[in-house]
Amino acid sequence: MRKVTVAAVIIGVFIIYSLLYHQSNASALPPLASNNTRPATSVPTATPPIAASGTSPTSTTTPTHYKDGSYTGSVADAQWGYVQVKAVVKNGKIVDVQWVQYPNDRSRSIMINQYADPQLTSEAIQAQSAQVDIVTGATDSSMAFIQSLSDALTSAKA
Amino acid sequence: MMKDTRLLMGMPITIEICDSSATQKHLDMAFDYFQTVDEIFSTYRDSSEISRLNRGELRIEQCSEEVREILALSEQTRRETNGYFNIEHDGSLDPSGIVKGWAIFHAANLLREAGLHDYYVDAGGDIQVAGQKDDHLWRIGIRNPFNRYENVKVLSVTDVGVATSGTAIRGQHIYNPFQPNVQIVDILSLTVVGPNIYEADRFATAAFAMGRRGIRFIEDLPGFEGYMIDSDARATYTSGFERYVLSV
Repeated sequence: MRKVTVAAVIIGVFIIYSLLYHQSNASALPPLASNNTRPATSVPTATPPIAASGTSPTSTTTPTHYKDGSYTGSVADAQWGYVQVKAVVKNGKIVDVQWVQYPNDRSRSIMINQYADPQLTSEAIQAQSAQVDIVTGATDSSMAFIQSLSDALTSAKA
Repeated sequence: MMKDTRLLMGMPITIEICDSSATQKHLDMAFDYFQTVDEIFSTYRDSSEISRLNRGELRIEQCSEEVREILALSEQTRRETNGYFNIEHDGSLDPSGIVKGWAIFHAANLLREAGLHDYYVDAGGDIQVAGQKDDHLWRIGIRNPFNRYENVKVLSVTDVGVATSGTAIRGQHIYNPFQPNVQIVDILSLTVVGPNIYEADRFATAAFAMGRRGIRFIEDLPGFEGYMIDSDARATYTSGFERYVLSV
C-alpha cells in the first residue's frame, strides 16, 4: 500500500511538473505576427516590368530636383491588396519612402517546427526596437509599389 | 553627409556617404553606374544587350565584356550551388539575380576608389557597407516578413555585404530550378552576411531556392553567416551569426 502511495505521489508530481513545463514553454514562444488577417493564397502576381526609367535610355542619370515636402502616391492595386507609398523630399532629394498602406497578407501556421541541427540555433522571431541606419529585406519590385512611388515623385516635381 | 535615393533598375537605390569630403559628384557617379548596368542587362528593355542576346541578334562573342563576365559568373555560381542558381529559364537568360549584387559591389568600389571610407549602397534591401556612421558601425535591421514596419534583428557591421532573399513581397519570385512550378512557401526570408554584397547576394538567392536546407548550405560556406525566417515565425541561424548582432 505504501508503495502504491509513493508511486502515485511520484506520478502526480511528474504530471504537475510536465504541465507547468509545457505552459512555461508555450509562453516562451510569443506569436510575433500581430495582425495577419488575410490567408496566404499562393497566386504569384506577374513579374512587373521594371519601370525604373521606362523612357528612352540615356547614358547618364540627370539628377532630379524635387520640391521639399511629403508626397503621397496613388493607391495601387497589387492584386493581393492595396499599397500606397509616401515620398519625403528634403533639399530637393528623396530622403525617405514610407508605406501609407500595405496589406498584411501572411497567414501564420500554427505548427511549430524545430529545426534539428546541432550547429544551427532556432528562436522565435521578436520585434526589435533599436534604431537602425538601413533595412535589409526582400526587394519590393511589385508593379504597385513602383506605380505609387512614381506617382508621388511626379507630384513632387510639379 | 550626403544621402540620396533614386528609382533605378525597378527599385529604390539609396546611397549614403558620411565622409566630410563627399560631394554630389560622388553620388551621381554611383547612380550613373547603376543606370549603365540597367541599360545593358534589363530584360524589360528591347534595346539591352541581354534582350538582343535572347532574341538571337547577338552572339555571346559579340557581347560586351560586362555581359560575358556576368555569364561566366552565373555559370560559376550555378556549379558552386549544385544547380540551384540558374539564370536560364524557359530557354532565355535572365541574369538579374546576379547583376544586382554585382552592380552594388562595383558601385561601392567606385566610392572606395574615390577615396571615401564611410558609406553604404543599398539597392532594394541588399547592402554593401563600409566604415561606419558617426560613432558606431552601420546598424542594419532585418525586416520582419510578417510585418514590414518591424525589424526582428539588428546587425552592427562594417565592410561586409548583407543580402536578403525572400518572398515577403508578392510578385517577386525565386523558384527552385529543379521544381520550377512549386512555390517556395516554407521559408519567407533568408539573410546572408558575406565578405561583400556580390558574394552574399548570389548565395542568398541560391540558398533560398533550396528551401529549409538553404541555411545548412550557408553554415557550410566559410566566411558566410545566415538568418532564415520560416513560415512558422521561427528563425534559424548559423553558428557564427551572433557576432554580427548588435548587443544592447
